[in-house]
Amino acid sequence: MTNQSTALTPRRVARVIARCWAIQLKSLTRSGFFLLVTVLQPIIFASIAFFMFRAGGQAPTLLYAALGAGLMGIWSATLFGSGGIIQWERWQGTLELLVAAPAPFVLVLFPATLATSSMGVYSIAATLAWGRLFFDIPLELAHPLLFAVAIPVTVLGLGLLGLVLASTFILYRNANALANLLEYPVWLATGLLVPLSLLPDWVGPIAYALAPTWGIRAIRESALGGDPLFAIGMTAVLGLSYLIIAAFSIRHFERQARERAALSLA
Amino acid sequence: MSVVEAVDLRRTYRTTTGTVRRKALDVEAVRGVTFGIEEGELFGLLGPNGAGKTTTIKMLITLLIPTSGEARVLGYDVVRDAREVRSRIGYVFGGDRGLYERLSALDNLRYFAELYGVEARGQRKRIEYVLDLVGLLGREKERVEGFSRGMRQRLHIARGLLHDPPVVFLDEPTIGVDPVGARDLRATIASLTEAGKTVLLTTHYMFEADALCDRIAVIANGELVAQGTPGDLKAAVADRTVVEIEAFGVADEAIEGLRAIDGVSSVSVEARDQMQVLAVQSAAGVELTQALMARLNGARVGRVTVREPTLEDAYIALVTE
Repeated sequence: MTNQSTALTPRRVARVIARCWAIQLKSLTRSGFFLLVTVLQPIIFASIAFFMFRAGGQAPTLLYAALGAGLMGIWSATLFGSGGIIQWERWQGTLELLVAAPAPFVLVLFPATLATSSMGVYSIAATLAWGRLFFDIPLELAHPLLFAVAIPVTVLGLGLLGLVLASTFILYRNANALANLLEYPVWLATGLLVPLSLLPDWVGPIAYALAPTWGIRAIRESALGGDPLFAIGMTAVLGLSYLIIAAFSIRHFERQARERAALSLA
Repeated sequence: MSVVEAVDLRRTYRTTTGTVRRKALDVEAVRGVTFGIEEGELFGLLGPNGAGKTTTIKMLITLLIPTSGEARVLGYDVVRDAREVRSRIGYVFGGDRGLYERLSALDNLRYFAELYGVEARGQRKRIEYVLDLVGLLGREKERVEGFSRGMRQRLHIARGLLHDPPVVFLDEPTIGVDPVGARDLRATIASLTEAGKTVLLTTHYMFEADALCDRIAVIANGELVAQGTPGDLKAAVADRTVVEIEAFGVADEAIEGLRAIDGVSSVSVEARDQMQVLAVQSAAGVELTQALMARLNGARVGRVTVREPTLEDAYIALVTE
């Protein structure tokens, strides 16, 4: 046998994640459909948000709106990507090959969902550039360093939330239809569009369990001023909990899929 | 101990019918299959569509959990020790799917090399080696979407061999590949056992099984109906004669009529463009040509030949009688 190492050392885990993330990202950037959604959608969101806030006479809060619109783009990319990833793999006939690989399936799926949310980073950049060029929104960051930390932590948190969602799609073939339903409620419930204080009290507990709530708070507080460290920490903690949930649910759903023969189309 | 062992392996699928009043229906795809493959052997699993070949393979490669029975690969149980099994086997299936279309062949192999734990040091050399083995060296930077069926199939084999597995499962690897491409693929498959690998091959093509396999098992309706060397299977029909008739426009009723003739063991029909080739098996020494021609009255009949039975005839006898 050739030099093969299937033992899960931290080095191997890091390598598998990094290499598979890079290859999945490469594959995504070659998908015209995915690129179109990722490139155009944030610009449309941003324009709507700018016009809404401007019409409401809240010009000073335009950066606040821009950041929310950017995160809406990350959430859409994550949802669309993690909802679709299992289905794409199934259609391509690669899902069975991925499950048949000795690497734990969570390690296969995580870089793939992370790649989709990483594509969403573009949406933040595009939204801010669009705002700067066409709406004269000044881009002055209160804590540039923390802003640079908040962005990847938020992308990671959202990617891991996508991983939890993707795990259910292993077994339930048409569950990604659910992905479309989750787009708007999460924008609303996590304060991306309007402040949470405007929403009914019962939304609170749901909002606090979702990484985008803390992610947007971290990004806004690091851009507009405040203390973003707690929100950055909460995003990271939630991300870690999602990872633990996903590891269990992926194992469970993978076993169920092998029992019910749900991995292939045939 | 056999390298691959299946003991009374069974698999039932549950399907539902109807929309409002849903009814669950259990379909038995594999019904108590038992066989063993020895080290370095090329073992063929033959059977018509839906006979249970792919279901059997998928249980052996850990993708399906058997409803009952046991299976082991290199002594590891395919349900309990799935990870141990996965790291020691290669799986290649036929057809267009199973590759990342938008990526290059090289990226496809790099991706699976990571997932199969091919160590970083030596990974590039290993990828080069498998590309060379399947004749794709020099084309590795091209995107898979531009590959022909034969190139895709070769890339599949390269992927399955990346981690140098001692056991390889090939599920109809030459399906849809042109004759020259298929011949090259067969040469590659033959080289696997020369390199000491144990191979399970499923195929529809009898000449392929005859040329490649050390032993063959024939599966029909989820059950093994015969097992042995190609010679053993042919010997089972050695006491028969085959009358081959080239004809045009033979109706189904006429074929049923042929089957009803006294002394006819089986009739198979193969369509070749506009022509039908009927292979009628009977006991050796029984003169049936006149009776057959009488029943084909009305159809245009071309060449008629009487020949010795082949492995294909043995197979047809096994799955139809």
